[in-house]
Amino acid sequence: MTERFVTRGFVGRPNQPGAGDTRDRVPPGQYLTTDFPVLSAGPTPRTSLDSWSFTIEGLVRAPMTWTWPELMALENREWVVDISCVTKWTKLDMRWRGVSVDTLLENVDLEDKAAFVIAYSDGGYTTNLPLGDVLNGQAFVAWEYDGKPLAPEHGGPARLVVPGRYFWKSAKWVRGFRVQERDQPGFWESLGYHNRGDQWLEERYSGD
Amino acid sequence: MANPIAWQLATVVAIRDETPSVRSFTLGLPGWPGHRSGQHVDVRLTAEDGYSVERSYSIASEPEREGEVDITVEQIPGGEVSPFLHEVVVVGDRFEVRGPIGGYFVWQAALGGPLLLVAGGSGVVPLMAMIRHRHRAGLEVPTRLLFSSRHADEIIFRDELDELASAEDGFEVIHTLTRSRPSGWSGYDRRIDQRMLGEVLEPLGVGARVYICGPTALVEVAANALVRLGVPPDRVRTERFGPTGT
Repeated sequence: MTERFVTRGFVGRPNQPGAGDTRDRVPPGQYLTTDFPVLSAGPTPRTSLDSWSFTIEGLVRAPMTWTWPELMALENREWVVDISCVTKWTKLDMRWRGVSVDTLLENVDLEDKAAFVIAYSDGGYTTNLPLGDVLNGQAFVAWEYDGKPLAPEHGGPARLVVPGRYFWKSAKWVRGFRVQERDQPGFWESLGYHNRGDQWLEERYSGD
Repeated sequence: MANPIAWQLATVVAIRDETPSVRSFTLGLPGWPGHRSGQHVDVRLTAEDGYSVERSYSIASEPEREGEVDITVEQIPGGEVSPFLHEVVVVGDRFEVRGPIGGYFVWQAALGGPLLLVAGGSGVVPLMAMIRHRHRAGLEVPTRLLFSSRHADEIIFRDELDELASAEDGFEVIHTLTRSRPSGWSGYDRRIDQRMLGEVLEPLGVGARVYICGPTALVEVAANALVRLGVPPDRVRTERFGPTGT
């Protein structure tokens, strides 16, 4: 159906937080929340910082790996961004600390054919992003949230954050990027969720 | 490119109280394509002025039922959608639904078992779809449900679970109550912990398939403990809801 069906008796609560000046920051079909819900498909992996590393491999002239102290030593900054999860919550002004994906990619030589990034994580999770979705300040690898080390259930020690896409693209427990010429659906993208996941276009599920 | 999952108009054909704050709605959906146990639907409500909201709800009913699904909804005080469903919706009302959605937190006969299901509160809903599927399909996969509720009168599906367990076909339910216990309570009386999980897992063994659904704290404790007890992480599937599932 193209017309939306009006539900008898439903008026909603237009005065909920998010009405007025923040309403234009809430994508279609989302509601505002003030807490930080947790969603993941399996147990929370634990990797000690001593053995932790982050790698960029694939279509790069030479792969690059950073240890935890080396990652911390990269130029980093605070990011304040709005996040939308496909499960319908949106949280405004989430404050993170992390390193821009631009900074990470400056340390490798991308081959000309490079077009997609597959982010991979402890526990086997993957998600796919076109390079164009993560360059130019659109994505960062974060290790602090709200001034504290990122909690394991929220993806610590480090997670990818891509505010312009539904939150499943912000891979928790991220350990690296594989740069590819061809796109390759990740975990949720293979299980019925949208390949791109732009929350402003409401690209929730495959075919949206 | 796949076709979009289309919005369908659902008619409420039955409403049933499960506990003082949890109610089931049977939604008639003539064009329902079928689902797998553990999947959910999106519900969209639209006001006269065009204001619209969406929420996701787990499907409680088994796939064997055709042309309708049950959703079981806890009323969240101050919420925008669950109080509407509880206080306004009556049999015959209609609203938009699309689905089924989700392809990982699912169980069907072909996946086999044994099965350990761990639920906190309304986290039991997608697990109930698995239990009902197991029963309707006549399966005898050894299955144990460890179910944490706060008070005895808040145990969702209590009578139906007891009845299914009484069939002695390999399904057992183990309750724990975390806030208050009626006199003569013989189940567990504390939050789920590693010792409890070890006891409940023991007859199934570490090769069990595990599905955990509930509040984040419960899911974190249970999933971590089961991995420590020797269950391979890739056999533990989790679904969580925060305090915002309104």
